[in-house]
Amino acid sequence: MLHTFVALVEDKPGVLTRVASLFRRLNINIVSLTVGHSERVGVSRMTIVCDASPTAGHRIAASLYKLENVLDVDDVGQLSHVARELALIKVAATPKTRSMVFELVEVFRARIVDLAPESMMIEITGVESKIEGLIQVLNENGDRILEISRTGRMVMRRGQHTSRVLEAMRVPGVETPEDKGEEITGAPSDVLMAEETGL
Amino acid sequence: MASKSKGTNQSTNHAGNTTASGRAGNATRLTGAEIIWATLEGEGVDVVFGYPGGAILPAYDALRKFPIRHVLVRHEQGASHMADGYARASGRVGVCVATSGPGATNLVTGIATAMLDSVPIVCITGQVSSKVLGTDAFQEVDITGITLPVTKHNYVVTRAEDVAPTIREAFLVAKSGRPGPVLVDITKDAQQALAEFDFAAAAPKPHRPHPMLKTESASILQAAELIRNAKKPVILAGHGVLQSGAYAQVRILAERMRIPVASTLLGLGGFPASHPLSLGMMGMHGEAWVNEAIQKADLLIACGMRFDDRVTGTLATYAPTAKKIHIEVDPAEINKNVKVDVALIGDLKEALEALLPHLAPRNEKTESAWVKQIEASKGECAVRDIRNLPDSGHLYAAHVMHDLWKATEGKAIVVTDVGQHQMWEAQYYKHDEPRTLITSGGLGTMGFALPAAIGAKIACPDKEVWVVAGDGGFQMTASELATAAQEELDLNIAIVNNGYLGMVRQWQEFFYEKNYQSTPLLSPDFVKLADAHGIRGLAVGKRSEVLPAVQEAQKHKGPFLINFLVEKEDSVYPMIPAGSALHEMIRRPEKNPFVETAQDH
Repeated sequence: MLHTFVALVEDKPGVLTRVASLFRRLNINIVSLTVGHSERVGVSRMTIVCDASPTAGHRIAASLYKLENVLDVDDVGQLSHVARELALIKVAATPKTRSMVFELVEVFRARIVDLAPESMMIEITGVESKIEGLIQVLNENGDRILEISRTGRMVMRRGQHTSRVLEAMRVPGVETPEDKGEEITGAPSDVLMAEETGL
Repeated sequence: MASKSKGTNQSTNHAGNTTASGRAGNATRLTGAEIIWATLEGEGVDVVFGYPGGAILPAYDALRKFPIRHVLVRHEQGASHMADGYARASGRVGVCVATSGPGATNLVTGIATAMLDSVPIVCITGQVSSKVLGTDAFQEVDITGITLPVTKHNYVVTRAEDVAPTIREAFLVAKSGRPGPVLVDITKDAQQALAEFDFAAAAPKPHRPHPMLKTESASILQAAELIRNAKKPVILAGHGVLQSGAYAQVRILAERMRIPVASTLLGLGGFPASHPLSLGMMGMHGEAWVNEAIQKADLLIACGMRFDDRVTGTLATYAPTAKKIHIEVDPAEINKNVKVDVALIGDLKEALEALLPHLAPRNEKTESAWVKQIEASKGECAVRDIRNLPDSGHLYAAHVMHDLWKATEGKAIVVTDVGQHQMWEAQYYKHDEPRTLITSGGLGTMGFALPAAIGAKIACPDKEVWVVAGDGGFQMTASELATAAQEELDLNIAIVNNGYLGMVRQWQEFFYEKNYQSTPLLSPDFVKLADAHGIRGLAVGKRSEVLPAVQEAQKHKGPFLINFLVEKEDSVYPMIPAGSALHEMIRRPEKNPFVETAQDH
C-alpha cells in the first residue's frame, strides 16, 4: 500500500541522506520524494511516498521523527488533502503531426512550453492518474515520447491545518508572515477548481 | 610495569582556569581544541577514553590545560566500550576520543553496541582539514556517513565557533528521550582556529516537542482497569527501568497489586532479584517458570522493554492469552513486534507515577493463586539445576557464578561479555541493585566486557567490579589488560574458559549435529598473559578452589585475573531455539543421579 508523509526538516547538509537512509534501513522502497523550501526560513518540506504494509504508517512516522533534523511528520495518506505532481514530457513532433498534440494538450489542460522543429515539450500538473492518462494517450497515438521528467507527488492537507510542532518551536521575536497578518496569496481559485475537475 | 603513567591531567595552565562553567557569560577567546575540553568540562566530564593521532593532535595538545583525566586505550574499540561501561555504571554520558580514519572506524563496533542498548555516549573524532574534505586525504574517512545508522545523531564541525554549541547539543541529544550515542567529527582546522567561547551562550535550544509522546488520561484509566481486572498479570521489566530510574515505581506497582516481575537481560537489577515477586530473566535462556508464566498470563505490563526476538520467541505464539500494556519512551517501538492493547508513550517513571494513583492495593491476605502457581513450578525446575550436582571433580560455570555471587554478596558490578558465561551469569548471579549488571544485549558484542569494566570501574571507583568473560571474547579485546595495568585499576577478571566458542558450539550441538566447525579454541595461558602485564593471576579447576580464589582477588589491590577452567561441553539450559515458541524449550536432561544428595553450597 502507498503511504504519503509530509516531513518538515531542517535545511542542512545531509538531511536528505538521513531520511533516505532510514527507508533503506527499514527495507522500504521510496516511490517518490520531493523536497523544497517551506513557508519558514531554514525549514524544508519533503513529501515522501513509499510502498509499505498498511500497518507500517505509525512506525515510519515515529522512525522519521527520531531523526534529529526532522521537525514534524504528518501521515497524510488517510486525511483530506490536495495532491499534485508536475511533469515535463518531450514528444517527437513535426509540423505535420503537431496539431494532434495541441488537441491532447487542450483536453488535459496542459501547456506547450517549448517548440522545436522536431519536438515539443508539454508541461502538465495534476494528480498522478491524470499525468499517466496523458502519457498513455500519447503512447496510443503513436507519438514518440522522447523524455519524461516527473516531480513526484507533493501534498498539502486541506483546511486550517498547520504544524503544531512548528507553532510550538516559533522563536519569540522572529516575525513570520502569519504574525504580520498578511494574506497568504496563491493561485486564483478558479485555476484550482479547474485542476480539481480535470482529468 | 616499568613505567607507570596515571594518565591523569592536572589543571596546570591558565586556560583551565578561564573555562569552567562558573565563568559562563564571559566570552573568552580560545582555540577550537581548547573549546572542546572547556565544553566537556562545562558538561561535567572528568574523564575521557581515547587514542591520539594526527587529526586530533591539536585537541590532545590542549588537554594538559584542563582538569580532565585521559585514559589511553590500546584500540579505539576499547575507548567506545569504556565510555559505554562508564555511562551504564554511572548513568552519566560517557565520552571517547579518537583520531580520523582508522581511529574513527575502530570506534564503530562500540558505537553500534551503545546504539542497540540505548546508552548515552558522545564520541569525538578528529577529521582532516575542511579544505581537503572529500579528497581522500591521508586518514580521511566519511565517519559521519559510516556511523549514520548506528548513532542517534552525528555532526561535522568545520569552524571553531561551532564546536561548543555542537558538543552541547550532542550531550542533550545523547541523554534525552531514548538515550543513544552521538558522534561529533571536528576538522583539524576547526581545532586550530580561534573563536569566542561562552559556555552559557552555547546552550542548545530547547529540544523540539515530540508530537507522539502522550500518556493520555484515557489510556492511563484503561491501563489501570486492565491491571485491576487481571488474574494472571506479569510485569516485564526492561532496560528502561534503569534508564528512567523507575525502580521505586515498578516495585510499588508489583507489591501493591502482587504482580510477579520478569526481567529482560538488560533489565536485571532494576527489580531486586531476591524479592519474592521477582521471577528472573525471561526469554531464550530464561528459566522455565518465567517463560511459562508469560505464556499463561492474561496481562503483560511491559515497562521500558521492546519485545526483542530473544525475549518473545516466535511472535505468532507469544503470550497468546495476554492483553498487553506497553509503557515506552520511543514511539517507534509501539506495535513494532507485538501488537499492544494500551500504549503509554513517555518516560516510564512519569507514566507509572500517573498510573499508580488509579490502583488501590489488593486487599487479599494470601498470595494469589497465580503467584502460588508460579512458585510451584520453580520447585519442579530445581531438580534440573546444575548447582544441585555435588562436587564430582567437575567445575561448572554455574558453580563459578554462584560462588562469585556469594563472595560478593551480590553487590559487585559484574560486566559480562557475550555467550554462554553471559547467560550463566544472568541465571546465577542475583542482582539486587540497579546498574550492577553491565552487558552487551542488543548487539551481542564479544570483547565488550574488559573495556566496559574499565569504564565502569573508573565511573565507580569505590565499587567492586568483576569482568566475567569467555575465553573467546576475552581475546578480542585482551590488549586492554595493559590499560587496566597502566591505570592501576582495582579490577577483578574472571575468565570462564571452556576451550570453545561455547555458545556457538552449543548451537552446533543442538542444531548442526555436533559439527564443531571452527569452535575449538586455543588460548594463551591467561595467567602468564596477566603476568606479562604485571597483573596477578590464578588458574582454578576445582570447585573447592573457587571461593578462595575469588576472595584472594577481592583482597588484592590492583587488577587480578582468575582463569576458571570449566566443563568443556556444558550447555546453557533451558534454551528456546530461535524461531520457536516460548514454551517449546530445550531443558537440561532431567535424569539427575545426584539429585537426592543435592545440597546448595
